[in-house]
Amino acid sequence: MIAVGIIVSALLFAAVSLVLVRIVRGPTTLDRIVAVDVLLAVVVCAIAAEAAFTRDATSLPILVVLSVLGFIGSVSVARFSPRSRR
Amino acid sequence: MTRAGWRDRLVAAAGLVAVWMLLWGVFSWAHLIGGIVVAAVVLRVFPLPPVTFAGRPRVRGLLRFAARFTGDLVVASVQLAALAFRFGHQPRSAIIRVPLRVPSDLVLTLTGEAVSLVPGSLIVDTDQASTTLYIHVIGVSGRDAVERFRRSVYETEARIVRAVGSDAEIRMLDSRASAGKGEHP
Amino acid sequence: MTLQSVADVLAGICLISGALLSLAAGVGLLRFPDLLSRMHAATKPQVLGLLLILAGTALRLQNTVDITTLVLVGVFQLATAPVAAHMVGRAVYRAGQVRRDLLVVDELAEDRAS
Repeated sequence: MIAVGIIVSALLFAAVSLVLVRIVRGPTTLDRIVAVDVLLAVVVCAIAAEAAFTRDATSLPILVVLSVLGFIGSVSVARFSPRSRR
Repeated sequence: MTRAGWRDRLVAAAGLVAVWMLLWGVFSWAHLIGGIVVAAVVLRVFPLPPVTFAGRPRVRGLLRFAARFTGDLVVASVQLAALAFRFGHQPRSAIIRVPLRVPSDLVLTLTGEAVSLVPGSLIVDTDQASTTLYIHVIGVSGRDAVERFRRSVYETEARIVRAVGSDAEIRMLDSRASAGKGEHP
Repeated sequence: MTLQSVADVLAGICLISGALLSLAAGVGLLRFPDLLSRMHAATKPQVLGLLLILAGTALRLQNTVDITTLVLVGVFQLATAPVAAHMVGRAVYRAGQVRRDLLVVDELAEDRAS
């Protein structure tokens, strides 16, 4: 199980770094909100994986909050983003 | 309040109570009563727009839909992952119009959700009046791939109608299917 | 081999494949040419990747209270991800941030013009 833990952490770490590059690069707000959504999904994956390795369910309620929060965030940004840029 | 309206509210309340119970995790009568109170307050404060649910759930159709959906999900995820790791290849895409055969908001919503959950396809816009979905698809090589994808959306729609639709809607599906692949060129 | 170790192996497979899908999403997010294509990459960890990791966690925890929480997370995610994707996708199209040279056909533009 320790080997699995190392592999999963490495994969998720690589994923988060790539997503962070996209958030920094942009170029538009919508690009960033899509990337932040992915970041949130990967963080949810990481917290769930952590709960799986330690067999400790303390952090599970955070997942419920995060999964709803990401939805509200991207919907509100999409709703109030400028209509036309050309 | 009509009878159908009451039934819709009851279904919504049952869903909310189920979520409440899942949140607590253990069954107890106090949680059940608390859930019913919360559901009643929520439905009172945020009334639902009227969605006519004309059909009835069919176990066999639901199972068939769930099995195909899971299969599609896995296959499409692997395909998209392979596409991401093919460095130096720029994937081409298309925006496709799919006019659904059954004019029902519920079928439009469910088909849109199912198509959108499968990676590789994304709803860009909808037209409620003509129940049309505009879908962005990635990894499209040419015209025949577009037609193949259009057929797969029609199959998803048919599976959904066979799972939750009414008899009239299923007949509509069959009559339009025998008249040709669709009314659009 | 006991039942417990079988569950552990299955959980490990689920966790690793879920993490792999997340990595593929990161690569796609960085590499795909335009925003709508990147959104396709984004749906992967949100749907199958997350479901696999939740399944792996459920196999490890094996406790009814925790499993109902995990089911709830999965249900929320499945219900909300398409709505968010549709809202963002529509905003992207209406803002004109689509690479037209990469589209094979654009039937929405045909319909909006007529």
